[in-house]
Amino acid sequence: MSTTLFQIAPRIPDLNIAPIPEGERKGLTKKEIAADHPTWCPGCGDFSVLALYFKLIEKRKIHHEKVTTIAGIGCSSRFPYFVQAHGAHFIHGRALPFASGVSLSRPDLHVFAFSGDGDAFSIGGNHFSHTARKNIKMTLVVMDNWVYGLTKKQTSPTSPIGFKSKTDQWGAKDRPINPMKQAISAGATFVARTTHTNPNHVLQMMEAAMDHDGFSFVECLSECIEFYEGSFDASNPRKGGKFELVPETHDVTDEFAAYKLASEDFPGKFGIFYKDNRPTKNAGEAQIVADMRAKTQGMKDWQILQKSFERMR
Amino acid sequence: MSDSVIAPKATSGQPQASRISEAVIRIAGNSQDGIQAIGGFLARLAGRSEQEVMTFMTIPSTISGGPSIFQVRIGSGEVLSPGDEADVLLAFYQHSYDEHVTSLKKGGIVLYDSDHVEPNPEREPNYRHLGIPISSRTVEAIGGTGKDKGKNIFALGLVAKMFDLNIPKLEKLVTERFTGKDQSITQNALNAFHAGYSFQLDSAWATFHFIEGQKQGSTQVVMNGNEALGFGLIAAGVRFGAGYPITPWSDIMELLRRELPKYGGSFIQCEDEIASISMALGASYAGRVAVTGSSGPGISLKTEALGWGIMAEMPLIIVDVQRGGPSTGMPTNVEQSDLNIACFGGHGDSPRVVVAPSNVEDCFYTAIEAVNIARKYSVPVIILSDQAIATRIEAFEQPDFEKVVQDISPDFSPVAEHKPYDLSAPDGVTRHLAPGTRIASGKYPVVTGLEHDELGHPTGSPKLHQDMTEKRRKKLQALGAELPVPKVFGPPEGQILLVGWGSTQGPIKEAVERARAAGEAMSSLHLKYINPLPQDLEKIFAGFRHVFVVEMNDGGLYGHGQLAMVLRGRYADPKIRGINKTDGLNWKVREVLEKARALAAGLDAGKA
Ligand SMILES: Cc1ncc(C[n+]2csc(CCOP(=O)(O)OP(=O)(O)O)c2C)c(N)n1
Ligand code: SF4
Ligand SMILES: [Mg+2]
Repeated sequence: MSTTLFQIAPRIPDLNIAPIPEGERKGLTKKEIAADHPTWCPGCGDFSVLALYFKLIEKRKIHHEKVTTIAGIGCSSRFPYFVQAHGAHFIHGRALPFASGVSLSRPDLHVFAFSGDGDAFSIGGNHFSHTARKNIKMTLVVMDNWVYGLTKKQTSPTSPIGFKSKTDQWGAKDRPINPMKQAISAGATFVARTTHTNPNHVLQMMEAAMDHDGFSFVECLSECIEFYEGSFDASNPRKGGKFELVPETHDVTDEFAAYKLASEDFPGKFGIFYKDNRPTKNAGEAQIVADMRAKTQGMKDWQILQKSFERMR
Repeated sequence: MSDSVIAPKATSGQPQASRISEAVIRIAGNSQDGIQAIGGFLARLAGRSEQEVMTFMTIPSTISGGPSIFQVRIGSGEVLSPGDEADVLLAFYQHSYDEHVTSLKKGGIVLYDSDHVEPNPEREPNYRHLGIPISSRTVEAIGGTGKDKGKNIFALGLVAKMFDLNIPKLEKLVTERFTGKDQSITQNALNAFHAGYSFQLDSAWATFHFIEGQKQGSTQVVMNGNEALGFGLIAAGVRFGAGYPITPWSDIMELLRRELPKYGGSFIQCEDEIASISMALGASYAGRVAVTGSSGPGISLKTEALGWGIMAEMPLIIVDVQRGGPSTGMPTNVEQSDLNIACFGGHGDSPRVVVAPSNVEDCFYTAIEAVNIARKYSVPVIILSDQAIATRIEAFEQPDFEKVVQDISPDFSPVAEHKPYDLSAPDGVTRHLAPGTRIASGKYPVVTGLEHDELGHPTGSPKLHQDMTEKRRKKLQALGAELPVPKVFGPPEGQILLVGWGSTQGPIKEAVERARAAGEAMSSLHLKYINPLPQDLEKIFAGFRHVFVVEMNDGGLYGHGQLAMVLRGRYADPKIRGINKTDGLNWKVREVLEKARALAAGLDAGKA
């Protein structure tokens, strides 16, 4: 019987690169992490999210090949091009399942997904719920600007009632979703809120999210200077607003308290709303594999297949 | 080979076992009666006896069961199709009898449960009727509780008697089937089997004995196309997959979910088909060529992400187990109407690879080949299976496991520099490096759905879009040049060439055999590589007066089915014409022959 038509091509030529011992590797500089110059409008909130992502990589001495940056489509989702590391720019709304494929097959990587409010909660709403409930290990940062930026000012699922967009000339009529509530009720195990105008806080939230073993979600208010200027002034002390942290007395493991916190009127509170140490999907799958592998221990793949076929004679 | 093998015998007092080379047995009842189980036992037994076997079944689309059939054709020679007509019908109910008695060959035997079936006096002269109180005898043998569960096994005993089947082998199969269950269940099954086997025959019974099979010495395995495809993917080295349930694709995902962890892999059930293909693409990107799949509506949902896979040049396997469409269509019926979406579905110029297995064994090897094409050309490959091949059981020679099982685990060796979309690469083939790979130049790639430069960064350059579009197409032209040219079945010249693809190979070949036996100059050509096509087909077509493309899809607005349109577009040859149908059933050999003869006769008359 014929086997296969094609032999596997050798993957890459041997380039004989002297391996650099891990211990001698220095952390990356900002210059080494930055790739293309961002195409965002000057003043766009997304710049600070990017800058703080660089800071995080710098601070935690993460190497190029250890981090993967994944996004869907939107202004915010152009993110991967600006990061000098492995990255993928996928399709609108589907960054999470793509990132899940990376996360579930590669436990050795830090997986970060960046998304916009439309990308994450409208076209990708279904994936948001399911990735959260499955608790697939990764960090999702949604750069929420309450508008569709890339397509030039249509109503987004987080646009407040009354917002005049090109698709709601008389003001948005639909009740906006509340990302915090959405995440908590979907079963996300790390739910935090921050804003681009407070860099230290953004870094703090991203770092805590990265260290969380599970699906960690950070909503980062990120102003669209072009189509929704002033949207977040009420949360910016420099514009006369107030930035208030989640009270220290808040119990992050209390789902109802978190939900209540999320119900506050804008600008609300900033910080970690909810955190739970539920086992991840990654761990669940690894356990199944370990249990099954125990039964096939010492066998080569072809022997396992042969054994299965014995039952089909 | 295809003549009526079980002609009615004049009863000469003593029943004599006549030697036969093949038989078609149709079992009709309700799906909850374990009809599939009897068929499965027979198919498996044939496999263990070095006989060829092919089955088909209908499954009711409702979950609560309902009328269902299982047809098995066992032969000592080559078996190409499940058979147009049956030699023996086993009918459990009145509706089974009424519906299926005419599927028998003239003079065929109908074995019916006389507790439920009242034969039709009009039919009696045409078929040999044998009534057996199957239900009450089963109750007698194993008690009332086993009535519904045991009568299939009782009937298996009857068939075993009638065809002089190997009893120890059947007992072993029955025992194996119930291992892990309560000992009393196995005992009950064996009791029912023996009760059927020892049912007192009257002298009117004809019994038969199969001539020894020819495939001496080789070990046969017996399974359906979905199983063969699933195991083929495992053999190919696929260790990650994602999917969403839909008939008839679900079996493959269930198999992979169960089996992959044994090999250190994983299959994830997603929230929908879009998530499934996205997750599979994520895993492919991460270095593990992954599989997703679906049927009908689920394939439509995957097209946007498929386009990304083509643009980003990501290896990926997409299994499409075709069923009747469009929309929810005919979920448990067969159709070959996804060729267009497989070859062309999606926006933009988006060349991808499409291959179609032609029998159950081919499902196994096609899966391996698809994976290797996907890797070699860094491209999504669609495997076009269908409901018929997915559910039918065939026996085939056990693979050489050590030889075919591949290790395709990712390689993270560092490289000096890397350009994923290198325009100067031979044949324009992209090589991706999975995350985790160090690149000494410090320049890392982005994989993307935007038109891009050689590093994967977005570009609006008209020249680059043109060059990259060409690159994505050229590599498939290179693949096309490498594909083996298919062989003509029958002489390379003649009146009619039947062209088929996918699961219809068997009935088309059998039609050609029958036509040639009748002195007609007919041959056939079966295409496995649908996109790109192999080279030199025009040279093959040149040898025939007519080229008829036999497909289970609609003749379309212009009178040609989906493959016929592609071939006409490719070869601009007006003698390429379509023979099509959309009744949701497999081609019968007779149907193919009649349509081909009629079409040729009409054309020849017009020309004369
Ligand atoms: C399937 C699909 N539909 C629509 C679009 C067009 N589109 C691109 S981005 C976008 C919305 C972007 O809004 P958001 O996710 O909030 O990101 P932002 O640009 O505001 O950062 C839309 C509708 C698309 N690319 N794909
Ligand atoms: S349109 Fe808005 S979101 Fe997009 S880059 Fe400009 S400011 Fe940022
Ligand atoms: Mg937005």
